[in-house]
Amino acid sequence: MDLNYTPEEESFRAEVRAFLSAELPADIRAKVNLGRRLRKDDLVRWQKILYQRGWGAGMWPTRFGGAGWSVVQQHIFDEEGAAIGAPPQIPFSLRMVAPVLMTYGNGAQQQYYLPRIISGQDWWCQGYSEPGSGSDLASLRTSAVRQADHYLVNGQKTWNTLGQYADWIFCLVRTSSEARPQQGISFLLIDMKTPGVSVRPIITVEGEHEINDIFFENVKVPVQNLVGEENSGWTYAKFLLGHERTNNAGIGNCKRGLKRLKKIAATQTMNGRPLIEDSRFRDRIAQLELELMALEITNLRVLSAEASASRAPGPQASILKIKGSEIIQQIAELQMHALGPDALLCIPDALELDWSPPPLLAEHYPDYAPAISGQYFNQRKTTIYAGSTEIQKNIISKLILGL
Amino acid sequence: MDFRYSEEQLALQDTLQRFISRDYGFERRRALARSPLGFSAEAWEQYAALGLLALPYPEEFGGLGGNGVDIMAVMETIGQGLLLEPYLSTVVLCGGLIRDAATAPIKKSILPRIATGKLQIALAACEAAGRYDLAHVACTATENGGAWTLSGRKTVVLDAPSADYFLVSARSTGQVADAEGISLFLVPRDAAGLTLFGYSTQSGGRAADLQLERVAAGPDAVIGVPGRALGIIERAVDSARAALCAEALGIVTALNEATLNYLKTRKQFGVPIGAFQALQHRMAEMIIAAEQTRSMAIIAAVHVDADDAAKRRRAISGAKAYIGQAARFVGQQAVQLHGAMGVVDEVIVSHYFKRLTMIDMSLGDADFHLGRFSEAPGMEAEVRTQ
Repeated sequence: MDLNYTPEEESFRAEVRAFLSAELPADIRAKVNLGRRLRKDDLVRWQKILYQRGWGAGMWPTRFGGAGWSVVQQHIFDEEGAAIGAPPQIPFSLRMVAPVLMTYGNGAQQQYYLPRIISGQDWWCQGYSEPGSGSDLASLRTSAVRQADHYLVNGQKTWNTLGQYADWIFCLVRTSSEARPQQGISFLLIDMKTPGVSVRPIITVEGEHEINDIFFENVKVPVQNLVGEENSGWTYAKFLLGHERTNNAGIGNCKRGLKRLKKIAATQTMNGRPLIEDSRFRDRIAQLELELMALEITNLRVLSAEASASRAPGPQASILKIKGSEIIQQIAELQMHALGPDALLCIPDALELDWSPPPLLAEHYPDYAPAISGQYFNQRKTTIYAGSTEIQKNIISKLILGL
Repeated sequence: MDFRYSEEQLALQDTLQRFISRDYGFERRRALARSPLGFSAEAWEQYAALGLLALPYPEEFGGLGGNGVDIMAVMETIGQGLLLEPYLSTVVLCGGLIRDAATAPIKKSILPRIATGKLQIALAACEAAGRYDLAHVACTATENGGAWTLSGRKTVVLDAPSADYFLVSARSTGQVADAEGISLFLVPRDAAGLTLFGYSTQSGGRAADLQLERVAAGPDAVIGVPGRALGIIERAVDSARAALCAEALGIVTALNEATLNYLKTRKQFGVPIGAFQALQHRMAEMIIAAEQTRSMAIIAAVHVDADDAAKRRRAISGAKAYIGQAARFVGQQAVQLHGAMGVVDEVIVSHYFKRLTMIDMSLGDADFHLGRFSEAPGMEAEVRTQ
């Protein structure tokens, strides 16, 4: 039993930290730390900086241009990034479609797509959920009919994250209705500029544009955009979901959120004293910190078991997803409660970095305040997306408990 | 980073598990709990033979030089077997205290006898009005030319009825709840003026209240520096708290195993009750609680030997608070999922449940430790560094 990082890992951490503090652009960092709007340019700019350093894709194998990091190194990188205020790398390309292409794609697909992903040239989004297919994903109905050298795609995808920025979408489509629903699904790569593809924004609870409906009307997709074999897409989809859940605990984000919560609670006052000195509020923070302490070790235990067995994340990832999503929600909730009545304010302009409050507001409305209530509302998604808490419990029941 | 037990620790657990399945089955345990002694003297000899009683002491005193994680490994298995012997009191708490704070002659006299199973000691540090506060000491110690006289009462002294000695905290100076002014004495059971009122505990063990009426203690009975004993008591009690976390882990694991087995075998409405999603999800939550409990027990165990008292206290109180809550959840849910079988004395589930509950009530419950964690310097230190 040894909870310490190795000297090599510690020096890697120092290297990451030095790089981040030197290379992370100040405006991006401020946006992340203050919860301001991040735009496509911010995320692409950061990806290009990482790519320049050779860290465009930490855990990709070196033969695909990745850094070949271990899971522990990737964890350190994520943790340091979250601590300083680096934006997340967009997962749909790097952590989702790329592993599928590496494992099931052909040589031509790997050579074309992977370099464009790691360099930040192409932005990918995900086409999984449909209006009638959420948790029951295998019931999806978007159809792809083979016609000579292309598929004709018709249907609708929904809850698509940041598709308004995307160059490409990877889609699960139905290519057969003959056997079990799982056996008629294929994995298709679709250029968002193809005629017949349209994007309709969905404004979420906090008033922002993060997700979309995507419509496909007679969209012609070349057959060479099929990944692997026709009707085997469900296998690839499950493989991808396993990778999606690797960073499920979101420890780095939770740590940053907790630190921020303490800072806010130390700044806000109640009866003329810092809120953090109120034992009722303080105990709620302490309770949350305990959950996070436990989860950090549970996460490292899962990671190190993965590393020593060199296997993909197992059903234990569901435990991390459930706990991590609950903790980040509770942090957001306590941050909002720390604001007191200032939580009521809704000033969309204040989510821009150059906004400054009018004099009267400035007296009681600190720079961290504008984003907080919106984040609370937005974070309700975390126990719903990527396999809801209930789906995760089903997975645990079946795969861990054998029920 | 490595979160596994070492080969030696696994072997230790394996040996103890084999002993439990051979000699310490549930029926035997029930009978022992009802016996006058409340535990098995033969088992105690076995533990000595296996080296368990020598585990945390330096080799020069007949020990094996084990650390906090070694104790975790043993206590986890003690939890699984619901063992009744006073391992925590004698080996972890009092033996640890003597190891860390006593003079060389006392160590030489006491530790080898603990290691060979010849001697048991109980810690008498709590008083009625003090709840879990170890600084609350009204019991008095007055000195006259190096000779001490102790008077007062101590409550819920765990494993007292079988103890050969007591470690008694008494106040030599200051007010009742002051941190300063507390001294610690090694008092033999047959000391004149010492009276015991023994009783059973809810989870099968034994305890007693002590009354001290002008009990005499010589200068060689003093452990640590007179008037400055609180720190060494806190340290030993922290290590016992970490050990309780590991014991709870063992029980939570065993209880989940029993409950899962019940869900797979008990049939209602023509199917195993584990086919119902409401129960599956409850069980999934219990498994998550067990994983988090293991993580927290690890945190506690690796901090037992930490020199930084504030860091140690924060980590161990955090773990004890968290595990108190998680174990309460698992215990209550296990009883619920077992239906009426969960509230029956002849089914082991109720005994696991009782022990888990009493672990929370021992050496500070979840509220006490949440407060200790919440008020620890770590809460603000992070803020200040912003």
